[in-house]
Amino acid sequence: MSKPKKMTLSRKHNLTGWVFLMPGALLILLMSFVPMFRALLLSFKTGVGAAMKSCGILNYTRMFQDTVFIQSIKNTFFYLIIQVPIMLIFALILASILNNKNLKFKGLFRTMIFLPCATSLVAYAVIFRSLFANNGIINLLLVKLGILNQPYAFLTNVWSARIVIIIALLWRWTGYNMVFYLSGLQNIEYSIYEAAKIDGASAVQTFFRITVPLLKPTILLTAIMSTNGTLQLFDESVNLTDGGPANASITMSHYIYNMSFKYVPNFGYAAAMSFLILILVAILAFLQMKVGDKRD
Amino acid sequence: MYVFLIIVSFISVFPLYWMVSAATNKSAEVISGRLIPGTYFAENLKNLLANQNVGGAFVNSVKYSVILTLVSLVVSSLAGYGFEIYHDKVKDAVMSVILLAMMVPFVATMIPLFQMFSTAGWLNTTIGFILPTISTPFLIMMFRQSARSFPHDIMEAARIDGLSEIRIFFQMFIPTMRSTYAAAMTITFMNAWNSYLWPKVIMTDATSQTMPMVVANLTQGYVTDYGMLMLAVLICTLPTAIVFFCLQNAFAEGITGAVK
Repeated sequence: MSKPKKMTLSRKHNLTGWVFLMPGALLILLMSFVPMFRALLLSFKTGVGAAMKSCGILNYTRMFQDTVFIQSIKNTFFYLIIQVPIMLIFALILASILNNKNLKFKGLFRTMIFLPCATSLVAYAVIFRSLFANNGIINLLLVKLGILNQPYAFLTNVWSARIVIIIALLWRWTGYNMVFYLSGLQNIEYSIYEAAKIDGASAVQTFFRITVPLLKPTILLTAIMSTNGTLQLFDESVNLTDGGPANASITMSHYIYNMSFKYVPNFGYAAAMSFLILILVAILAFLQMKVGDKRD
Repeated sequence: MYVFLIIVSFISVFPLYWMVSAATNKSAEVISGRLIPGTYFAENLKNLLANQNVGGAFVNSVKYSVILTLVSLVVSSLAGYGFEIYHDKVKDAVMSVILLAMMVPFVATMIPLFQMFSTAGWLNTTIGFILPTISTPFLIMMFRQSARSFPHDIMEAARIDGLSEIRIFFQMFIPTMRSTYAAAMTITFMNAWNSYLWPKVIMTDATSQTMPMVVANLTQGYVTDYGMLMLAVLICTLPTAIVFFCLQNAFAEGITGAVK
């Protein structure tokens, strides 16, 4: 008697579960997977609006002759390869310093270093654009200190424009990642560190032998998040350098936006380029997870 | 070590200090390198209001962000709770598919979404702003993780007392998971307030623009009025800074739960 009743109860619970998760799951289906599929279809078409017609893989072959697109891929990967490792290592070092129990003003330091995260992406891009402007305070300082004879046009020279974007990214995101590491460190028994100290381990040894291995899941999480974020970089490229000079610092997302909404709209070609980013993100995430698994 | 921390803190804080001081000075003074707060705040505000519809954009940003945050928290936490508490093989499989959506970059869905939304007549509307990001894999994952620590005996006791499943969620789960909700709220509100690409795509009318869009508009001219610009940046930064300060500790706590 009790068995059938229990089954109906668990069936009822099963149904309740589906009702609870359905709105969220449906929205992800409709707002992520459906558009993604439509982007794939769109990427084989050319033209505007109702006049769109199929064009085979033309959009995909065109990409590899598009020098601006190739430049945008190079730029995005340059930001990725330089900025993400520096930021994560820096965040790890800061987190392990701030995890020290004997440190004074710990809360104050943590808040100050995390503070840049409270600014909007557009806002900090505009702040850095102003700081590094020809008449900005950085140039003023460098001239006054006698390092430069005259203001240097940071934002209109190819390499300095790219480097300013990296500096800005480091400023905005290091504290953010540091908080993840600090949270991860909370889960590590502090006595391990004390024991290592008694055994005579140096700070560097403790860092590489204890902190890094134990934080590996968190490091993996932040690496995937920052890779994903950097590959989609948009606000900084638009508002800090406007992709310039002459597209030398433009990112992939920025170029796709221009191709869809700024120039004469070419949705088919833009969709093809966006699909390439999708594949790149998937490959990189897969590789990072593989590397993350290996050392276990 | 302290020297290192002080240098890093200084670099972190200086651009923000410069922003605040520039917002209260004349543009010419900002260019000449003045770093002390001045008395030009009111004048900058007057110029800014005359130049851009800051009031309207601020109201828009508040409206879009608050509505998105509230709806998103309910929908995502309900889903995360549903996935964990009533989990079975099929639901776990659906969850892994949802996690795949995390890999989908926004530019890859932006154009079809724009087409779908303009057909539906959702350009320049609140629903158009919020719909793509109400339900996010990250939030669902976060709430699913935290639902794992929701004690089962309490649920059983509540069921015996005759509480319905939905009331268990609203009356017991939500109050218990306050720190997760606070962290999720901080993340969602900041993302909503700061979002720039999507509003730039669908908010085509000047009257439906958001604060980040207004700030970006101000940099378009040939001559930049730094005092006015930094005041706009300051106004754009204040709400997220306030939310961040109020929920800072809860945020750290909630993140700790999520990365466990």
